[in-house]
Amino acid sequence: METLEQIKNRAELAARGAKIEITPNPGPSGQSSLLIDNEHAVEVAKFLRDHAALAFDFCSNVTGVDWLDRSIKKTTKVKQVVDGVEKEVDQTTEEIISGYLEAVYHLYSMKLKHGPLIIRMRAPNRGDAHMPSLTPVWRSAELQEREIFDLYGIKFDGHPDLRRILMWDEFVDHPMRKDYVQPDDFEWEPTPHDEVLARAKTHYTPRPQQDGSEKITAPPQS
Amino acid sequence: MSAVETIEAMERPPVTMSSRLDGELLEVSMGPQHPSTHGVFRMNVALEGEIVRKLKPVFGYLHRNHEQIGEHTSYLGSMPYTDRLDYFCSMTNNWAYALSVEKLAGIEVPERAEYLRLILAELTRLQNHASLLGFLLSDMGAWGTPLMYAFREREKILDLFESLSGSRMMCDYMRFGGCRVDASDEWLAAAKKIVDRFPKFLDEFEELILQNEIVIARTQNVGKLSPELAISAGITGPMVRACGVNYDIRKVDGYGIYPRFKFRVPLGDHGDTYDRLMMRALEMRESIEILKQALPQIPAGPIVNPKVKVRAFRPPVGEAYGRIEAPKGELGFYLISDGGPNPYRYRVRPPSFINLTILEDMCLGHTVADVMVILGSVDIVMGEVDR
Repeated sequence: METLEQIKNRAELAARGAKIEITPNPGPSGQSSLLIDNEHAVEVAKFLRDHAALAFDFCSNVTGVDWLDRSIKKTTKVKQVVDGVEKEVDQTTEEIISGYLEAVYHLYSMKLKHGPLIIRMRAPNRGDAHMPSLTPVWRSAELQEREIFDLYGIKFDGHPDLRRILMWDEFVDHPMRKDYVQPDDFEWEPTPHDEVLARAKTHYTPRPQQDGSEKITAPPQS
Repeated sequence: MSAVETIEAMERPPVTMSSRLDGELLEVSMGPQHPSTHGVFRMNVALEGEIVRKLKPVFGYLHRNHEQIGEHTSYLGSMPYTDRLDYFCSMTNNWAYALSVEKLAGIEVPERAEYLRLILAELTRLQNHASLLGFLLSDMGAWGTPLMYAFREREKILDLFESLSGSRMMCDYMRFGGCRVDASDEWLAAAKKIVDRFPKFLDEFEELILQNEIVIARTQNVGKLSPELAISAGITGPMVRACGVNYDIRKVDGYGIYPRFKFRVPLGDHGDTYDRLMMRALEMRESIEILKQALPQIPAGPIVNPKVKVRAFRPPVGEAYGRIEAPKGELGFYLISDGGPNPYRYRVRPPSFINLTILEDMCLGHTVADVMVILGSVDIVMGEVDR
């Protein structure tokens, strides 16, 4: 397989205006990845799939990652005048990296039997995260992107059938996010009642009772 | 969208006074409590007479957010939990997870442990494929007998697992940088005996089922899958090889010590259910070939890398994706470490979940009875699909 730099240069030539960055991996696995801007992602993905020397026809793994706001502290020595005398003082600067949601795709080639090539896309707005869907390029992303939508709340534009897949349809939150708080610990009592039930009612939206089961959530508000 | 709305959303010919009853679509919810769905799995099927016109799988009945639990526990703490993913093949699940962590932390595995892992993975493949064939025959209406034949052989292999790891199915056998307990010479001799007898069972089983007229009528030209669609949909394992695509991760990645052994990769011609069935039978023969080579030449030595910390195991910052050829397809683990004692991101790439992507494409135009056979040939385990 070609190096990441070569693939990056080729892709940037093929998809005009695409911004591709190499995200280094400091760990021993050495699996670095390409960060692709959302606008040109579909174009770049099609190029990676169709180019004869790359031929990444097999998208193996698609997954989401949630990164919260984090800060990196740096300590630098700065010369400062203290009481009329020049001294070297430690100064800590804090760089804040705002949070984002990320989708990671692991690509292989069944034709040329190489890989993995890892590509990522980022959605900076965690509240309303949008990304282009790569399902039209690789069908294998269909169920996996639905899973990311369900568990992380990334909306994939252009996905043919974007619905919740593992959680039930009326569920409101996205449980794999790092700031997700469980509504309550249901395990300490066999059926929720009293205090737990009251808290559960505020958490879950009203659920239409179609099967005649016992109503444990609040009645639908008119 | 609720399940009811999904059905509503299905295309329906306009009902007019003159429309005949047999021109209408009938919506049937197959599952989740049905013996042929291999667990709690549901399909919303729209039928025209007996012909499937639309099929939407419904997942999540066994969802317990395995990945989040994995992110909240230590690296080693997830090892026994991987047994519960595909509970037929806990040994290969363990290996895939151990392999990914070893990539993440850069750990070497001693020679004897590599041999033990390979032997156990191939034994797992034998018992998985044998029981799959039994289940598939059971789905076709051959109640009991073929499944019991397969389970008789499977039980011998599970006895081996139990004597080695202490448990038939929830083995929890592998560790980062090796294995948990060593195999004695008696165990290896017992394994060799079982492997030597296995071809006899295969001969009998193949003659019994694969040349059976009913099996051929029910499976040939049913659920055809084109290689182009299979590659695009990320189908792996025996399913993609039944379409004639030569992709076996044991050969492609050459993980562990697979490059040392001589074995062939069986390929199908038609990509139909019969080819998928044959693929399992042929792969068992190749697994026996690997085991016959591996069992006599296993070297003595340590079974675990002594440098790996058991307590306070913290891999360096980074990420890794490791994958193996599990009996059902490509099983991968994607891990991100932030330097802490538990993974920042722990992702399972389940083969049987992704192999279900094209279930609708395979079933369209076939009868509702064929849906069960096609689903059976995909080889799913809901513990892995829903996680």
